[in-house]
Amino acid sequence: MWDHEIKAMASSHAIIASSVFMATVLPAVFIQGFSVYGTHLLWLYSVTGAVSVINIAVFWLLGISQPTKKNTISYKLSRLVRSCLYLLLSCLFYHTVVVLYGAPLIESALETFSLAVLLTSLTTLRCLCVLGPNVQAWIRVFSRHGAMSVWDTSLQITVACSLIGAWLGAFPIPLDWDRPWQVWPVSCSLGSVIGYLTGLVVAPAWIHFHRKQLTYKCK
Amino acid sequence: MKIRTSVFASFIMMAQVLGIALFLRGFFPVPVKSSVPTKSKLSDLPAEPLAGGQHNTSRLPEPLFKRVVIMLVDALREDFVFGPNGRANMPYTRHLVERGSTHSFVAKARAPTVTMPRIKALTTGSIPGFIDVVMNLNSPALLEDNLLWQAKAAGKRLIFYGDDTWVRLFPKLFMEHDGTTSFFVSDYTEVDNNVTRHLDSTLKRDDWDLLILHYLGLDHIGHVSGPRSPLVRPKLLEMDDVLKKIHGSLVSKESEGSLPYLLVLCGDHGMSETGSHGGSSEPEVNTPLVLVSPAFRRKAGMEKPGVVEQVDLPPTLALGLGLPISQNSVGRLIPAVVEEAPLRDRLRFLHLNGHQLSCLLRDSVADHHREVGVEQFRVAEKSHGGWMKLYLEGNTSEVLGNMGKKVLRQYLEALASMSSALSKQLGKYDMYSMVAGMLIVLQLLLVLLLAMPEALSGAALVDVPVLQALLSLPFYLLCLLLASVHVLVCTSAGSACYLCSLSWGLVFAAVAFASASLCVLVSMATRRIPSGPKTSKNGGGGGGSGWAFSELDVLLLAGTVGHTLSLAASSFVEEEHQTWYFLLNTLCLAVFQDVCRKYFREQRRPRGGGGGEGVGDEADEEEEEEEEEERFFLSPKGRRPSDLSQQGGDPRSRERWLALATPPLTLVCCRLMRTLNQTGVQWAHLPDMGHWLNSSEHKAVLSLLAALSLVLIYFLIQRRCSLVSKIALALGLLGVYSYRAAVGNVLFPWQRSSQHVSKGTLEARFVYVFVLGILFSGSKDLLRSQIAAATGPLKRRGLWEIYSGLVLLVALLFRAHNLPVLCCCLLIQTLMARFIWKKLHYDAAQTTIMHCWFGQAFFYFQGNSNNIGSVDISVGFVGLESYVEAPAVLLTALSTYAGPLLWAGHLVCYLNSETHRTPVALGHGCYCLALLRSVPMVAYVVLVTALRYHLFIWSVFSPKLLYEAAHTLLCSALCLFLSAMEQADAGKP
Repeated sequence: MWDHEIKAMASSHAIIASSVFMATVLPAVFIQGFSVYGTHLLWLYSVTGAVSVINIAVFWLLGISQPTKKNTISYKLSRLVRSCLYLLLSCLFYHTVVVLYGAPLIESALETFSLAVLLTSLTTLRCLCVLGPNVQAWIRVFSRHGAMSVWDTSLQITVACSLIGAWLGAFPIPLDWDRPWQVWPVSCSLGSVIGYLTGLVVAPAWIHFHRKQLTYKCK
Repeated sequence: MKIRTSVFASFIMMAQVLGIALFLRGFFPVPVKSSVPTKSKLSDLPAEPLAGGQHNTSRLPEPLFKRVVIMLVDALREDFVFGPNGRANMPYTRHLVERGSTHSFVAKARAPTVTMPRIKALTTGSIPGFIDVVMNLNSPALLEDNLLWQAKAAGKRLIFYGDDTWVRLFPKLFMEHDGTTSFFVSDYTEVDNNVTRHLDSTLKRDDWDLLILHYLGLDHIGHVSGPRSPLVRPKLLEMDDVLKKIHGSLVSKESEGSLPYLLVLCGDHGMSETGSHGGSSEPEVNTPLVLVSPAFRRKAGMEKPGVVEQVDLPPTLALGLGLPISQNSVGRLIPAVVEEAPLRDRLRFLHLNGHQLSCLLRDSVADHHREVGVEQFRVAEKSHGGWMKLYLEGNTSEVLGNMGKKVLRQYLEALASMSSALSKQLGKYDMYSMVAGMLIVLQLLLVLLLAMPEALSGAALVDVPVLQALLSLPFYLLCLLLASVHVLVCTSAGSACYLCSLSWGLVFAAVAFASASLCVLVSMATRRIPSGPKTSKNGGGGGGSGWAFSELDVLLLAGTVGHTLSLAASSFVEEEHQTWYFLLNTLCLAVFQDVCRKYFREQRRPRGGGGGEGVGDEADEEEEEEEEEERFFLSPKGRRPSDLSQQGGDPRSRERWLALATPPLTLVCCRLMRTLNQTGVQWAHLPDMGHWLNSSEHKAVLSLLAALSLVLIYFLIQRRCSLVSKIALALGLLGVYSYRAAVGNVLFPWQRSSQHVSKGTLEARFVYVFVLGILFSGSKDLLRSQIAAATGPLKRRGLWEIYSGLVLLVALLFRAHNLPVLCCCLLIQTLMARFIWKKLHYDAAQTTIMHCWFGQAFFYFQGNSNNIGSVDISVGFVGLESYVEAPAVLLTALSTYAGPLLWAGHLVCYLNSETHRTPVALGHGCYCLALLRSVPMVAYVVLVTALRYHLFIWSVFSPKLLYEAAHTLLCSALCLFLSAMEQADAGKP
């Protein structure tokens, strides 16, 4: 039904996934002593940056987000400002949730906030790219039976996967194995990135195999 | 036979408790004991071996020491003396260790590193079983053969000052004693001054042979503020001064010709980085052992102390004093101590030790002939005889010396292998009882699980085919089979099984019960199978007859299963609180998502039916986070169109915002309570609010917090009580505060400092009176509601009053810094009951599971862990002048399980409350309670059986097993109560 869209989605996801790999591999070439565990925050920022840039570029090029009615500069500007505000709020929100989950409040605030930034770039940014700074649309997509297009479904899947990944990533922390990846927040950020990659792979596949069952209401 | 769900569940729970009791009996090994319950006598000692055997003497070597002073410092860790800070902590001791005529060792204590088992180990030389800790509360006289008894029998005069555990363990043995109770952990000066004040007069006198001093202060400091506390060093310096004083006086009394003295400095156990003890981590196990005597060679410098077992001290002391080694001792002589003695004496010492060990081995191991150690000992004894022959013939050649050394080596090897064989014996399980208990609980769990669709159906009736099972042929065949297995096992395996020692009637009852439950299980399973394919045709998932799982159900299910699986890893058992906090947080977020959905989605547009089902399952607990986010942004804008106009006094919108605020508030409460008590193992040393509040400079804050919590508790609890109970409650809570003030935890505003600290017995009893009064009035209402017809409100009030009586009691027992936990517990309960559970129409099963989760989390919030050490035993003395066993055990259990108990109590009240009332809610609740308890319990029993040779079995897994068993017992009592409530309901029209 939506073969064209699924293909576009698969290719865009492949580009995003490869950008995550590049963000892991490329700095290792240029920066001395770069490693995922050792210089974890650096890796985290590089992945965050790569994912953000590629996401914005891909979705801008694809033109997924709904065409805006008004085309004035001021409207566009206000959209931009609102998007930035949402990103910031989302970072703060994730930070709060992670602290509520038991992360130390003051001690490793930088690490916690970096994790929040990563999670924001993996989830909120994508929401912004697909849906725009439109809260009503977000609520619609993230409530049950609310998806209206394959892109909405893929958004649901990737967001769910990356958050589940981060959630599962917290489990190995209490184990007394003394591994480098048990240090806060390595396992959580690794988990979320792995979950995100899984989501990128799963989303087109899932939609492809369920395309008979999927019905979207008209907008 | 159709029975109601609650009756069914409580019956299963009770049977499981029996099964677990059987399992525990098999799991915890019976200590190694000599078969003859007498004490070693000098006349029983073996003769000195001699080849040829003409004039075979049973001469004992001369004792090495005349007087012995044992200075036992509770919780003295090895690095306090030998570590890098040792020179600053205990300068004199370090000087002795480095330059004096001393021997120093690191003595390894065995788990459980708790004082009483360690005292037993230090005096009897045996290793007390783990179960001794549980019996730690009551310490009756030690009847086993021990060093002190032997000393007394040999006419030595004993003096003891210190922890009164000794006085209770060894009544009438001491010529003079002064026991101090380790009652107030916060007191760390008085306990030690009570010991030291006798020292001067005693040291001057000559009328004693063995002086034992047990200093408690260091342990108390450790418990209160940990090993890095600034209080530790002054305390160690004080201990050092005491040692210096004793040593000086002993040196001055030393006279030529008489036997030398021996001064022993040791610790009973160490302390962990948090200052607690009980486990088997390195800092808890390693204690210093310093022996000072002029009989030893002078040291030239600091040497690395050798490692010995703690139980090696008693045989060494016994031989040094010329006493027989106590019968059940598994220790071996420390060879360094007798280094300076003549070779003949040294061999004789080792021979005596080896003989005692081989006797013990003969009594406790079935096939002791095959033990390597016994064989080695026999060889060594023979060559000892040869050596003696040469020696008595006057041979003084080098051959004799070499031969002697060889014999010595043989003896040492024999001792080592016999000792390790005995230690291994301690870890032997009674597999037959264990397997029998395990199979019983496993069968019961399966029956419980198979009954799920019926039990949670609208009728809440379970059809248990008992009669068919009892009348069927397989039942009798199974009985026959199991009985023959029993006979086979018992006749072949020797005498170690507990089941085999039971009477025939009991065994037959067990056999009949096991086979009946197996038959029931099979017939229930066959009933399920044909219905299986039918349901799978119409209902897509595996949920059975049309159960649609919401995200919350998925989370509850996954959480329960995940937690059960996590018990397999020792770290997850140690850090179980983390699992619960994590799950609880996720639960709160999921609830939040439900709330948001209810209040945001429904009003925007009616829920669209149909559509893609699968996506919702994928995005289970993520949506909640996303949706929460949306709420964040929505709050300013989304409200505008509909709400702003009517923002004023509309109760609906107010309720809505309160409902929306409840889960975040719960989350914040949980996060705050988490900082109150750091538990577990890995991060337990981190500073927490509890320590901060308990330090003396923050007493005012603690007082304020406690008072505030008590006031809040009153307002949360009084709503549904009668007037009399309200007054009683207020007075009772006032009494709680004055009790805390009397004990010295908190201050009254007019009180400037806490000069006199009392036990607060009067205040505590004052509170008890009100607790009993409220409980009485509650049960009176309850009983009246049974007799009269249609008295729903009366019954509800009665239940609530019983609950509030419980809260009052817990408020009395909780430490002052834990009162906020109680307060938060009540707050969350109230809010959840008003805004969440009722409004969102959660069914009884979901509510019960949530209550269970909260109960588990609160168990850890109040500072418990899966370590025996974290049980607060001092609770057992609240309001009592002296130790009385029954109330002490009851109070300790109550305060330890306060969290689960309070949540279960609230569940009972909630399920009985009118608006939620459906006729089967109680039954469903009872069933879920039973299921949620027995799933982890049974899984854990199976796991422990599989992991019984795990390295951490004694330190991590067995304390947890005891906790689980106690929790199951509690839970079965609750199930009984619930089913009684339902029974009473059903009796009425």
